[in-house]
Amino acid sequence: MKLERRDFMKVISAGAVTATTAKTVRSEARTALSEDAVGILYDATVCIGCKACEVACKEYNDMPSSSSYVNDQFEVKNVWDSPDDLDAKTLNKIKLYKDGDGSVKDREKDGFSYIKRACMHCADPDCVSVCPVTALTKDPVTGIVSYDETRCCGCRYCQIACQYLIPKFEYDDPLGQIQKCQLCSHVIAEGGIPGCCEACPTGASIYGNVHDLLDEAHQRLDMTPGTTYDFPVRMVDSKDRASHEVHEYVNYVYGESEGGGTQYLILSAVPFGELGLPNLPDHSNASVTEKLQHSLYKGMIAPAALFVGLLYAAHQSVKYHNRSDEEGADE
Amino acid sequence: MSRPDVTKIHRNIGQYHTGEMDRRGVSRRDFIKFCTAMSAALTLPFTFAERIAAAVTDPARPPVIWLHFQDCTGCTETLLRATHPTVESLVLDIISLDYSETLLAAAGHQAEAAKQATIDDFEGKFILVVEGSIPTKDGGIYCKIGDKTAVQILEETLPKAAAAVAIGSCASWGGIPSSGPNPTGAKGVTEVMPEAKTPVINLPGCPPSPYNLMQTVVYYLTMNKLPELDKKGRPKFAYGSIIHENCERRAHFDAGRFAEQFGDAGHRQGWCLYKLGCKGPETHANCPSILYGDVGSGAWPVGTGHPCFGCTEEDVAFTKPLHQQAAVAEVVPPAFYPHIVEEKGKGLSIGAAAVVGAAAGVAGGAAAMMAKDLRKQDEEDEQTNEKAE
Repeated sequence: MKLERRDFMKVISAGAVTATTAKTVRSEARTALSEDAVGILYDATVCIGCKACEVACKEYNDMPSSSSYVNDQFEVKNVWDSPDDLDAKTLNKIKLYKDGDGSVKDREKDGFSYIKRACMHCADPDCVSVCPVTALTKDPVTGIVSYDETRCCGCRYCQIACQYLIPKFEYDDPLGQIQKCQLCSHVIAEGGIPGCCEACPTGASIYGNVHDLLDEAHQRLDMTPGTTYDFPVRMVDSKDRASHEVHEYVNYVYGESEGGGTQYLILSAVPFGELGLPNLPDHSNASVTEKLQHSLYKGMIAPAALFVGLLYAAHQSVKYHNRSDEEGADE
Repeated sequence: MSRPDVTKIHRNIGQYHTGEMDRRGVSRRDFIKFCTAMSAALTLPFTFAERIAAAVTDPARPPVIWLHFQDCTGCTETLLRATHPTVESLVLDIISLDYSETLLAAAGHQAEAAKQATIDDFEGKFILVVEGSIPTKDGGIYCKIGDKTAVQILEETLPKAAAAVAIGSCASWGGIPSSGPNPTGAKGVTEVMPEAKTPVINLPGCPPSPYNLMQTVVYYLTMNKLPELDKKGRPKFAYGSIIHENCERRAHFDAGRFAEQFGDAGHRQGWCLYKLGCKGPETHANCPSILYGDVGSGAWPVGTGHPCFGCTEEDVAFTKPLHQQAAVAEVVPPAFYPHIVEEKGKGLSIGAAAVVGAAAGVAGGAAAMMAKDLRKQDEEDEQTNEKAE
């Protein structure tokens, strides 16, 4: 079909008008956390890599042990748990950063550090935004991002959306679910605290109100390295304390603003990028995509206008063809 | 691993020593076993058993003077409880203990005179063992023997010794008497006489294992030099690694199984005592390997269910509260921790790349052909239309 330049411009301008005249819509106010939002503060300098948190997590959530080449090679089951990463049976993983000879703890060069990876419970979760069936939801009070397996359709869109690569799908099960840390919401509901915080002996993982945790994190950043501090164990306001030496932190609380903020906060002496934590802007992807989608589809005005534009273009094309056929017939 | 040459040992032992040993109920076979065990404990090849046998039966073995200062005599007591060999029959003869306040039959001026005679006769040749800390405050009057202060005695004796062993934490760095507020100014041997030319070996522990002492002495007699020492003057074969590295409960630590309270289910099952304040992760010693008292496995604090309190370390023992969590000493983490990014799969193989390339080529070619065909079809249609018009 040969479109004349004039007709082409008409179609394009119709589209441009619809895009700019629709009202811009902000995403729902999920970036504002409730006062009672809970979270976990993980301090990598206090962590000794004992993995009590991994063991407790498996216990609290009734998870089987993960298979690994050790288990496969020796054909043993549930005897030794050694996953390489978070997976469908592991909701919480301690990993090791090591550089050079790895001789000094919490040092970037020729040193090592531990890092605990689990769901970040974002303030504005991408996974909740993309889920087409609302299987992933964010609790309005506690802020915990929970998963409802009765709604999940197995599309795994959440796996793609999560910037931290947390949700894991049970590929070996035809009716598989998504598995991720849910901050032991079933235990919290009965007045308990998450398994990882309950088990941690040194106070590397502590539970509490996320605003209190953020304050505690900033307090630690203000401390002088080399002094001794009585780190709270299990909970941020616990009377139980463990004395440790304060290390020189990277002067930043990871999770304060990452992707709009998270409820799982991390402190470390080694740069966060080295620990596998992504460098994210201070807004979530969801805020951008939702803004775009909501503005384009608001009230279905823009799609309708585009549809009319396309109808017009098609009509013009048909008219042109009919005219040229008639002209051809005349010759 | 070569076995010791037993005939050589037999020849070295000789009639006199065989007779002496028989009198004490030690067969030749037992003696050979002792030498082999010593060489194993010193992590030497078994052929060294021959050299050990020769050294310990050498009639020209040097005497040992054992001084007691601010001590509890625990270090002597621990030596008395050694069973292989039994100290009074074999080792005391081997090292010719010439002066020890605990074991000496004589007393008073007679004892002091005997000590002085040994020092004079064997100047530069005897081994000095010091037990207990040395008070330095107020002129050191808090410990006086024979009207001389401990500092004086040490200053008179140490320079004349061939080598010195500071046995126990007290002699090594001050021990219990030196814990806050340290009213007597108690110090260890090397702190009191840092300039001494005599080499000093520290064997901290409260009490130390007697076998660490015997191994050190036997090593010295056999090799005529001191074993390799660490920065704190402790032999590396005994104090080279932290307890955490050899602890029988380490698997529980690694799996996150901790006893939370004395007597709870975890404690009864022998789980790790880290949460109860075990100082194993920051204490250098070989307790889990050689144990105490020769009464079987588990004969050491952690084995019995009580956390280690770090008796060998100056900054830990008698300073850090018993149940305060230890700082885990920096040891390079073992290999079973996954790294931040674990490599998975083998990457693209040549064969796979070839298949993918071929498929892409076929798809591309088919698309090009189809486009050409469509264009030709279009042109033919136009021609047909024109003809029709």
